[in-house]
Amino acid sequence: MTHPKETWWVALIEVGVIINLVMVAFAYTTWLERKVLGRMQRRFGPNRAGPFGLLQPIADLVKLIRKESFFPASAHEIPYILAPILSTFTALAAFAVIPWGKGWTVHGYYIPGVVSNLPISLILIFALGSIGIYGYIVGGWASDSKYAILGSMRTCAQLVSYEVSLALSVLGVVLMGQSLNLVDIVDKQQTTVWFFIPQFVGLCVFLLGGIAETSRPPFDLPEADTELVAGYHTEYSGMRWGLFQMAEYINMIVLSSLAVTLFFGGWHFPWVPSLDKFGPIWFCLKLAILVNAFIWLRASQPRLRYDQLMRFGWKILLPAATINALVTALLVVWVK
Amino acid sequence: MAVAPEQTRGVIYEGTRIPSPIPTVLRVSDELTATGDVMQVNFGPNHPSTHGVLRLIVDLYGEDVVGLEAVIGYLHTGFEKSMEQKSWWKAITYPERVDYLSFQANEMAFVMAIEKLLDQDIPEKATWMRMCLCELNRIHSHLVWLGTAALEIGAISMFWYAFRERETILDLFEMVTGVRMHTRYFQTGGLAEDIPTGFYAQARAFCDQMPKGVDDYEAMLDKNKIWLERTVGLGLLSADDAIALGQSGPALRASGVNWDLRRDQPYLAYDQVEFEVPVYYEGDVYARYRCHMEEMRESTKIIRQCVDRLEKMNGEPWIADNRKVVLPPREELHTSMEALIHHFKIVTEGYRVPEGEVYVTIESPRGEMGCYVVSDGGAKPWRVKFRAPSFVALEATATCMHSGFIADMIAIVGSLDTVMGEVDR
Repeated sequence: MTHPKETWWVALIEVGVIINLVMVAFAYTTWLERKVLGRMQRRFGPNRAGPFGLLQPIADLVKLIRKESFFPASAHEIPYILAPILSTFTALAAFAVIPWGKGWTVHGYYIPGVVSNLPISLILIFALGSIGIYGYIVGGWASDSKYAILGSMRTCAQLVSYEVSLALSVLGVVLMGQSLNLVDIVDKQQTTVWFFIPQFVGLCVFLLGGIAETSRPPFDLPEADTELVAGYHTEYSGMRWGLFQMAEYINMIVLSSLAVTLFFGGWHFPWVPSLDKFGPIWFCLKLAILVNAFIWLRASQPRLRYDQLMRFGWKILLPAATINALVTALLVVWVK
Repeated sequence: MAVAPEQTRGVIYEGTRIPSPIPTVLRVSDELTATGDVMQVNFGPNHPSTHGVLRLIVDLYGEDVVGLEAVIGYLHTGFEKSMEQKSWWKAITYPERVDYLSFQANEMAFVMAIEKLLDQDIPEKATWMRMCLCELNRIHSHLVWLGTAALEIGAISMFWYAFRERETILDLFEMVTGVRMHTRYFQTGGLAEDIPTGFYAQARAFCDQMPKGVDDYEAMLDKNKIWLERTVGLGLLSADDAIALGQSGPALRASGVNWDLRRDQPYLAYDQVEFEVPVYYEGDVYARYRCHMEEMRESTKIIRQCVDRLEKMNGEPWIADNRKVVLPPREELHTSMEALIHHFKIVTEGYRVPEGEVYVTIESPRGEMGCYVVSDGGAKPWRVKFRAPSFVALEATATCMHSGFIADMIAIVGSLDTVMGEVDR
C-alpha cells in the first residue's frame, strides 16, 4: 500500500472547513441552549426566526454586527480591542488538535481526522486556555470600569485555580494512554477501555473544573449578572461582546470535545469497529450530550459564592485530582 | 409585641448590630480606609438586581462589603400628594400603584380607612371576597418575590415556575375584576361588582394546584446544596434588632417574633378562619424564604375557607345600600330621578367624608401596611400617608449586612422583599 499524499493545501482547506464548522457549532449551541433552557423553564425559547427558530443565531449575528460598538472614553484603546480577539483566537485554535475522525483517502490524497497531529497536543490545549485568560483580564482592566475590574479579578482567580485541578485530572488519562497526543489517547481507549471507567474520579474533576474553566453556571461568577452586571465584559457591546460570547461557547465546545476525547473514546463507536468510518457523527453525538449536560446544569443550579467556589476548587477538586493521579500512577507501574 | 421568651430559640447573635447612629448606613472603619484598598462601587439605580431602582453605595474590600449606604427616591411619584387632588373614590386607584405587587392589600387599607371615617359597614359577602382576594394577592406577591430572589442567587428556572402559579392568580383576578393587575375592585361599601359565576370552581382548582406548586419550589430549592449554602446563616437579624428597626411581615416572623396583624389585630373576618402564622427563629435569609413558603400554604387554606363561605352567599348583596356613597345600580338610572342625581353627584363631585383622621393597618404581603388618612369633610382626602413595609424593611439592610460578600448583599436585599415603588411612593 502506497502512503497517501499529505499536501499542505489539503491541510489548509481542512483548517478553513473546521474553523467554520466550529463557528456554526457555536451558533447552534446558543440556539440549543436557548431552546433547551426554554423547555426546561416552561417557555418556548426562540421560535420566530425560521422553523423552530433555527435562523435565530443568524438574526443575532446580524444584530450584533449592526449594533454600535460602544467604546468607553477612558478605555485603553489597543488592549480593549485586542482582548476579545485574543480570547476568540485561542478558543478557536484549541480545536485544531482535537481528533474527530479516522482520516480518509480521497483520490489519493490523505485527509487526516485531526487538523494538527502534535505530540504534545494536550499541553497545547491547556497552554492556549491559559493565554485565553489574558483576554478576560486585559479586557476587564482596559475597559476602566469597576464592575469589569471586579469581574476580571474573579475570572483571574477562578480560572487560575481551576486550571490546576483540570490539568491534574487528566494526568491519570495521560498515564494510562502513555501519551500526550490526543490521537494516541483515543486509539489507546479503543484497544483497551474507554477511560471514563478507570478514570471516573478524573472525569468528575475534569467536568466540574471544566464548567468553572468555561465560566458556566453554577460557576459563572466572573459574569454574575445579578452581582457584577456582566463582569469583565460589562463595557463591551456589539460584536466585541459577541466575540467574548463566542470565546465562551467555543471554550465550552472545546472542553466537551476534550472530555469526549479523553474519557469517552473520542470518535470511536463502541464494539463495532466497522462503524468507525462515521467517526465525526459519533463525535458530534457525544459532544451534544455533554453540551446538553452543561445547559441542564445552568437550568437547575443557583450560583456559588466566591469563597465557596475557591474552597471547592482548592479543598475538594485539587486533592481529589492529586490522589487520583497518584493512585493511577502507582497502578500503572504496578500492573506493568 | 408578643415575644414570649420560650419562643425565641437560641441567640442569633449577642447584642445589637444596628450600625448607629444612622441605622441605614454602614460606615467603613478607619483602619480599612487607611489601607487605601477600599473601592467604592455604585450599585444601581440601574442594575440587574436592585428590585427596580434601589441605589446602593457599596464599599468593597476585595469581595467583602465593608460599607453600605442605600439611596432612595429614584421612583418617587408623589402618589400621596396626588391623592389629595382626587375625589375619594378616584383616589382608590392610587394605593394600588404604590406597590405594584400587593395592589389588593394596599387598596384595601385605603378603602378600609374611608369606611372607618364614614362609619360604613360592608356586607358579609364583600368581607369574605376581600379576604379571598387579599390572600390571592399575598400568594401572588410571594411568588414574584420567590422568583426574583431565587433569580438573584442564580436559580434562574425558579422564576418561570413561580410565574406558572402567578399566571393562574392573575387569571382569577381578570375573571373577577376584568384586569390582571391594579384591579380597583374594592369599592367604598363593598365590592365594585358581583362575583362572576365560575370563579369558585376556578379558585378551588387553584387551591388544589397551589400546594403542589409550593412542593415543586421546595423540591427545587430546599434540597439544593448550593441554595442552602447561599442562604443559611446569612443576613442575620435578631428579634430585638428587628423590633428596634420596626420590621414587619415575613422579615419579622423569620427573626422569631410571632406577630401577624391578621391574627393579633383581626380585621375583615380573619378571626373566623383557621390558619397558622409561620414563625422561624433563625433570622437568616433561609428563614425568610421558609416563612414566605409557609405563608403561601397558609394563604391557600384561607382562600379555600373563603370560597366555601362565599359559595353559600349566592344572591346576597356585594355592596352596602348607601346611596350617598355607593353608585346606584345601572338599571335604576333609566327609571329613577333620585338615582340619577346620586349617580351624578358621586361621579362629578364625589361623596363627602366626615372630618377626622384615621389610621388603619393591615397585614400586607410585605408586612404592616398602614394608611393614615385625614379628612377635612370635603370630597377629597386632605392628607394621605402610607406606612410602607418595604421602606422599613430596607432600613434593615445595613444591619443584616454584617461581614458578607457582594453576593450575600444581593441575597440579603432580595430576602427583605422590598418593592421600590412602595419605598419611594
